[in-house]
Amino acid sequence: MAENNRAVVKLKERFADALLEYKEHRGEVTVTVKKESILEVLKYLRDDLRYNFLSDVTAVDYLGQEPRFMVVYHLLSIPNKDRVRVKAPVTEADCSIDSVTPLWNSANWLEREAYDLFGINFKNHPNLVRILMTDDWVGHPLRKDYPLQGPDREPYKGRLS
Amino acid sequence: MASEIMTLNMGPQHPSTHGVLRLVVELDGEVIQKITPHIGYLHRGIEKLSEHRTYHQTLPLTDRMDYLAPMHNNLGYVLAVEKLLGLDVPERAKLVRVIMAELTRLKSHLVWIACHALDIGAMTVFLYAFRERELVMDLYEMVSGARMTSNYFRVGGLSRDLPAGFEQKVQEIVDTFPGHFDTYEGLLTKNTIWLQRTIGNGVISAEDAIDFGISGPALRGSGVDFDLRRDLPYSGYENFEFKVPVGENCDTFDRYKVRLVEMRESVKIIDQALKRLKPGPILADAPQVCYPPKESVYNSIEGLIHHFKIASEGFPVPEGEVYMAVENPKGELGYYIVSDGGNMPYRMRVRPPSFVNLGAIEKMAKGSMLADLVAIIGTLDIVLGEIDR
Repeated sequence: MAENNRAVVKLKERFADALLEYKEHRGEVTVTVKKESILEVLKYLRDDLRYNFLSDVTAVDYLGQEPRFMVVYHLLSIPNKDRVRVKAPVTEADCSIDSVTPLWNSANWLEREAYDLFGINFKNHPNLVRILMTDDWVGHPLRKDYPLQGPDREPYKGRLS
Repeated sequence: MASEIMTLNMGPQHPSTHGVLRLVVELDGEVIQKITPHIGYLHRGIEKLSEHRTYHQTLPLTDRMDYLAPMHNNLGYVLAVEKLLGLDVPERAKLVRVIMAELTRLKSHLVWIACHALDIGAMTVFLYAFRERELVMDLYEMVSGARMTSNYFRVGGLSRDLPAGFEQKVQEIVDTFPGHFDTYEGLLTKNTIWLQRTIGNGVISAEDAIDFGISGPALRGSGVDFDLRRDLPYSGYENFEFKVPVGENCDTFDRYKVRLVEMRESVKIIDQALKRLKPGPILADAPQVCYPPKESVYNSIEGLIHHFKIASEGFPVPEGEVYMAVENPKGELGYYIVSDGGNMPYRMRVRPPSFVNLGAIEKMAKGSMLADLVAIIGTLDIVLGEIDR
């Protein structure tokens, strides 16, 4: 159960007011925290709970819901051999979150990709420029309101079958 | 004498960049001061495409990421979907997946040793390794009909059973490949030129490797004893005995030794799996998800309708999210799939090992000579199809 997970237990003690939600699904623990405290929470997880490896940083666009975006961090503990997923909601109006590049250099390119494809602004990132798309590209392709066929096309309305 | 920094453009079409990678290198004489990689030339939007395809239709897209290890890409994807569904696959399917995954590791590492050696000037190894890779490709063709984009696994098991004579061919590989590895080692491990080019080249400490998110053989070459197959096992890897090689000096030579031992261990895993292989079902008993057997599709209207429904509508996946990572020959290949309860992924994120590993190139190459950069690209073992997706 999620309540017994070591990360959840400690985070409930330390960051009671920043912790929005925690749950377990298919054996994976997900913790949702306020975006203002993302840097503190991840630093605590890295230094005190030995989640020393940042596997992935990405985002999900829940178009039509508020807050619209969810920034997702996948942490791995190499000494303890377990994972935890940390999520932070980001609104469309204030589409930004602190960069975690001060904690892990691996976040550099991963955050650039999330910026490129979702348009999430990572504050204090050393080089926040597009990485997969060209520099003069307009729009952020992985947003749900970006047409599948490309810019200036009718939005994709789903398969006919 | 006044000196100035020279900017040199390397790629995107350059034989040593293994695809369309462009590096803008700033040089002081021959010493690298700064590297700015430019990627994205091969971006096909696989993550976006998958949001508009059913779970079965997304599978062939995954082949096209790391085209040197397609079955690993399939494996990570089907395991992630099975985890979302809570579906267990039959024992035979698991064993065949392990055999194919380890053959794929051999195939990928053979390309690595071939191209890495060729880049540093050892052409003989290239010819030998590609000769052996051909044998693995033949096996790919036997099981799936394709030599590179295999699309052999299915959610719930395999697309078809192993053909007659397959096990014997794999046994030949198990028997002969260790001898071939001896040949490569004979050509390289004590070769003075090879040693001069690889020892002390591209050094990255264990702390830095973790900080930069390096995974796979490159992480183990830096002395971090971590392998997903052993430490977070999947697809029955916990039942196999194998060693996880670890380097000491964190340089290109140690990464070379780690990968060579990995190839030998892969052969041992294949041998163990082959001995346990027994006849049995290859698909889970889940008609909601799996395609019906071909005999029933061709000979009964119910089977045809069943096939048609799954091919056109797909299957619904319960709401939820999972992250499933497998030990790809390049490192940690992760699939993060979010389902909204529909028949297509709401979001599919691929955690690309080569992409993250390439992010450390400046750290590894700064201060070394331009010619060493070629060895560093080779030792990172990148594949651009997966970096750009």
